[in-house]
Amino acid sequence: MNEARILIEVKDLCKYFDVKGGRKLHAVDRVNLTIPAGKTLGVVGESGCGKSTLGRTMLRLLEPTSGQILFEGKDITKARKSEMRQLRSKMQIIFQDPYSSINPHMTVSDIIMQPMIVNRLFHSREEMVARVKKLMDTVGLADRLYNAYPHELDGGRRQRIGVARALALNPEFIVCDEPVSALDVSIQAQILNLLMDLQDQMGLAYMFITHDLSVVKHISDEIAVLYLGQCIERCGATELFRNPLHPYTKMLLAAIPVPNLSARTRELQVIHGEVTNPIDPPPGCRFAARCPYCRPECKEKDLPLREVNPGHFAACTLL
Amino acid sequence: MDEILLKIEDLFIEYQTELETVRAVNGVSLEVKSGRTLGIVGETGAGKTTTCLSILRLLPDRTGRVTGGNICFRDKNIYSLSEEEMRTQICGEKISMIFQDPMTSLNPVMTVGSQIYEALKYHNHENKTREELERRVDEVLELVGIPAERKTEYPHQFSGGMKQRVVIAIALACEPELLIADEPTTALDVTVQAQVLAMMRDLQKKVGSAILLITHDLGVVAQMCDDALVMYAGEIVESGSIEDIFTPGSHHPYTMGLFGAIPDLDSAVDRLTPIEGLMPDPTKLPDGCYFADRCPYAEELCKQIHPTRTSLSGTHTILCHRFSEGLKEVSHE
Repeated sequence: MNEARILIEVKDLCKYFDVKGGRKLHAVDRVNLTIPAGKTLGVVGESGCGKSTLGRTMLRLLEPTSGQILFEGKDITKARKSEMRQLRSKMQIIFQDPYSSINPHMTVSDIIMQPMIVNRLFHSREEMVARVKKLMDTVGLADRLYNAYPHELDGGRRQRIGVARALALNPEFIVCDEPVSALDVSIQAQILNLLMDLQDQMGLAYMFITHDLSVVKHISDEIAVLYLGQCIERCGATELFRNPLHPYTKMLLAAIPVPNLSARTRELQVIHGEVTNPIDPPPGCRFAARCPYCRPECKEKDLPLREVNPGHFAACTLL
Repeated sequence: MDEILLKIEDLFIEYQTELETVRAVNGVSLEVKSGRTLGIVGETGAGKTTTCLSILRLLPDRTGRVTGGNICFRDKNIYSLSEEEMRTQICGEKISMIFQDPMTSLNPVMTVGSQIYEALKYHNHENKTREELERRVDEVLELVGIPAERKTEYPHQFSGGMKQRVVIAIALACEPELLIADEPTTALDVTVQAQVLAMMRDLQKKVGSAILLITHDLGVVAQMCDDALVMYAGEIVESGSIEDIFTPGSHHPYTMGLFGAIPDLDSAVDRLTPIEGLMPDPTKLPDGCYFADRCPYAEELCKQIHPTRTSLSGTHTILCHRFSEGLKEVSHE
């Protein structure tokens, strides 16, 4: 994986939200990651761990509090508005909910065309129409839906519109923010296959945000596990499932109900204790309050990710 | 122990709008035995929730109606009871329900304690005093793992998992004989889901209620249920004990499709095998098998004639022509 060109690199990225009383909610806290061109980084974590905030901050849909985002080596956190608009054509996003992320008043073709109009990609309408038809074909939307409205379509097809819109500007990097969570399993498999095919054909890099661990294993090359805004473990997808290092990752994996009877006798892993408050959290490991292996030094200072095995990073005092 | 608690026979439900009739449930039969857990699996629109709502007569008044079949709870036909009997004796007392979304099933302006108290007071046939009922509120809260002193708090002060526990506490307050859980963990994270499922399992051991668990997650079924049904377009396409459904062997093509569509954690697969196409429009269901359009094994016969239920073993039944034919051949020999 080292030979691949690094497309996007995030250094010490923080996003804090202001809350009442001058306090700060640490949504994303000193996250470091890299995504090579044409690869997929899976980001997993429970609701409220900052996955979506991370995804949006990387595209500067939210302004980062501090840290750097390097896209092809260029720090985009300092880019001006006009530069940013140009850059955005290379970085797109697919949202979670195909029901609320597309405008119900617009037809399928208008929705897909919108980014091209905004970015003045084509001079003539004919070129644009041809491009829309090609995109619809790429994502598997039938020609006859060209003038259809979103409400006429089911969730899977709507999500295909979202994919086509993200592809409209020939991006190199797409943030997929839970693109299949709102879909049924049979439809979910269709969209996952589509995303993987597109990656093969166009060499796209994905940041795939999800809470579904079996999906993330299937689609990712590398996985980052987030807990309360911090990346606590990062390694190759198969390695994570074979050899999880951080106690939280271990518990997270053990909590998945497996569709298999042999796992039936196994006691479901239950994590006890309350989640640490993300508003001005105390120093130390964020998981310390729920960790069965917690030692005094866990609560002393924040832990950086450390390379425990080659290519396998984790943040824990035990390792 | 294995007494039949709930028996649904040949249930048909339609939703009637001004323009069209949606045939949501088409001939569902099932039995729930006391102390056991029955899982219903299926995708959106398969009729899972409609079936459950009909058990408590909660179908929307003006549009939804049962057009055929019986629902019997302990040999009493639910639809022959009066509204009054239904409210005071069945709902919340003998049968209670946990709804999918804990965020919307609690009243935001009532403390959680008073919401549990409300259920108890309504079904207070033994004329217990307020103190006794309050003590029971504390008891149920502790049962679901919430400290009793939090009963004066409002729903917004609880996290999603805690709210779902409150919902479960309300459902369990009167120690129902049957608990209907409609996707109780779908809105929750995996770790919280594990907590809630473990808790439901413990409670079943303690209280001995039967559970009807609706889910789209095959993993949850494998962990929780004794028996399972697979629903598609308002029909039960396959039913059996948990072993019947989860051991490789004869299965309905739709069941196989469901298993093929989920990524497997234990083995690396390059591509998933999605079920192509969509569920048929419930306003215009085809004459033949409802799954024929998406089925890789479909033949001419499947498109014309609706299959009949075939019993493969004592507990395992399948609604598919492939198996009924197979059996016919065997019996001819």
